[in-house]
Amino acid sequence: MDYLMGIKGPDFVMVCSDTQAAHSVISIKHDEDKIVPLDSHKMFGIAGEAGDRVNFSEFVIANVKLYALRNSTELSTSSVAHFTRGELAKALRSSPYHCNLLLAGYDEKVGPSLYWMDYLATLNKINTGGTGYGAMFVLSLFDKLWHPNLTEAEAVDMMEQGIAEVKRRLVVAPPHYIIKIIDKNGIRTVKTV
Amino acid sequence: MARYDRAITVFSPDGHLFQVEYALEAVRKGTLAVGVRGKDTIVLGVEKKSTAKLQDARTVRKIVKIDDHICLAFAGLTADARVLVNRARVEAQSYRLTLDEKVSVDYITKHIAGIQQKYTQSGGVRPFGISTLIVGFDALGAPQLYQTDPSGIYSAWKANAIGRNSKTIREFLEKHYVETSGRDTIKLALKALMETVEAGGKSVEVAVMEKDTGLRILSDDEVDALVKEVEAEKAAADAAKRGGQGAGGGSS
Repeated sequence: MDYLMGIKGPDFVMVCSDTQAAHSVISIKHDEDKIVPLDSHKMFGIAGEAGDRVNFSEFVIANVKLYALRNSTELSTSSVAHFTRGELAKALRSSPYHCNLLLAGYDEKVGPSLYWMDYLATLNKINTGGTGYGAMFVLSLFDKLWHPNLTEAEAVDMMEQGIAEVKRRLVVAPPHYIIKIIDKNGIRTVKTV
Repeated sequence: MARYDRAITVFSPDGHLFQVEYALEAVRKGTLAVGVRGKDTIVLGVEKKSTAKLQDARTVRKIVKIDDHICLAFAGLTADARVLVNRARVEAQSYRLTLDEKVSVDYITKHIAGIQQKYTQSGGVRPFGISTLIVGFDALGAPQLYQTDPSGIYSAWKANAIGRNSKTIREFLEKHYVETSGRDTIKLALKALMETVEAGGKSVEVAVMEKDTGLRILSDDEVDALVKEVEAEKAAADAAKRGGQGAGGGSS
């Protein structure tokens, strides 16, 4: 089961996901990167149905790129979030995409943002959040630990505590995770666990 | 609604497609665009159209990005170019989405040329009044320059010019082309442009593409500096020639 968590700090956004690609009870791949870049300062963490995950995220990335080339300017994180939600909503009542997403981005004027979307086309702007069974244990833990002046080191520590909690309590906890961060310098992998 | 089934582009008795030839005439009236391929650099230079006093010159763009690694300059009807460029941009992203790969220069040129050809063989439409110069790097890292025209022909070139006075420029390039690299390629393109266009950052726009850096449009100051270098070299070459003639032409 996919694990996806996000934390927003005062000048960065951090996303952690597991790196397991599974097909029913078999683990096909241990190093599947589920956090994909949209452009230099935005990334999607996507969880859910394997085919829909990749298909939908690639579709959004292609459209975001096309907009940037056509208009010689990049979309803001908020615009991308709303566009993505719109696409989910459009498909919802015919052939829905079964994926939950976290959109993390850094805009020059606005700073960092974290958006939570689910397969029913829900959109929320959040400070901490995530999807999957693992998230059930970790959301309340993050609620306790988060504060508005979080440092990067504190956020990494929070993520690691979350991963530990998942491994402790979830029967089918994924073995490996990746943590990425976006700040004014762009996207960076912090560590793999 | 009625479908357009009457073709506008039809053959003449002696085998000409007049609409295509008229489109080429429209291209010949457009502002000049020059493309030069070097060993590791490709340069596109365009003549800046004189803008009205109140017009914001920055919004008149003749060198455009199709994708991060492919660039296009055109000569002819600007509005037609906008439409064609848009189609190319969509195709570039669609290709990426379907094949998880960047388009090659050859592919996108073929696509654009295909569209231009379709408009010479469809009902109710006229050909696009533009020729394009398309540049980029192929998968092996070699620079490429392609040209398309209203008939839908396309081919690769070492250097070419389209638009106003392009014949003169092409002849100049045929005489002076050598495989250059880096700054020398930019100077060659500038030299070619300066044959018919007044030199300086105000009247020409230059874009450089290098293997890993993508497209870079030179600022007016950079262009002015390069123009100075080119003029200095030209003056030095002329002086050397005159000096040689003086020394050798002693007898009469």
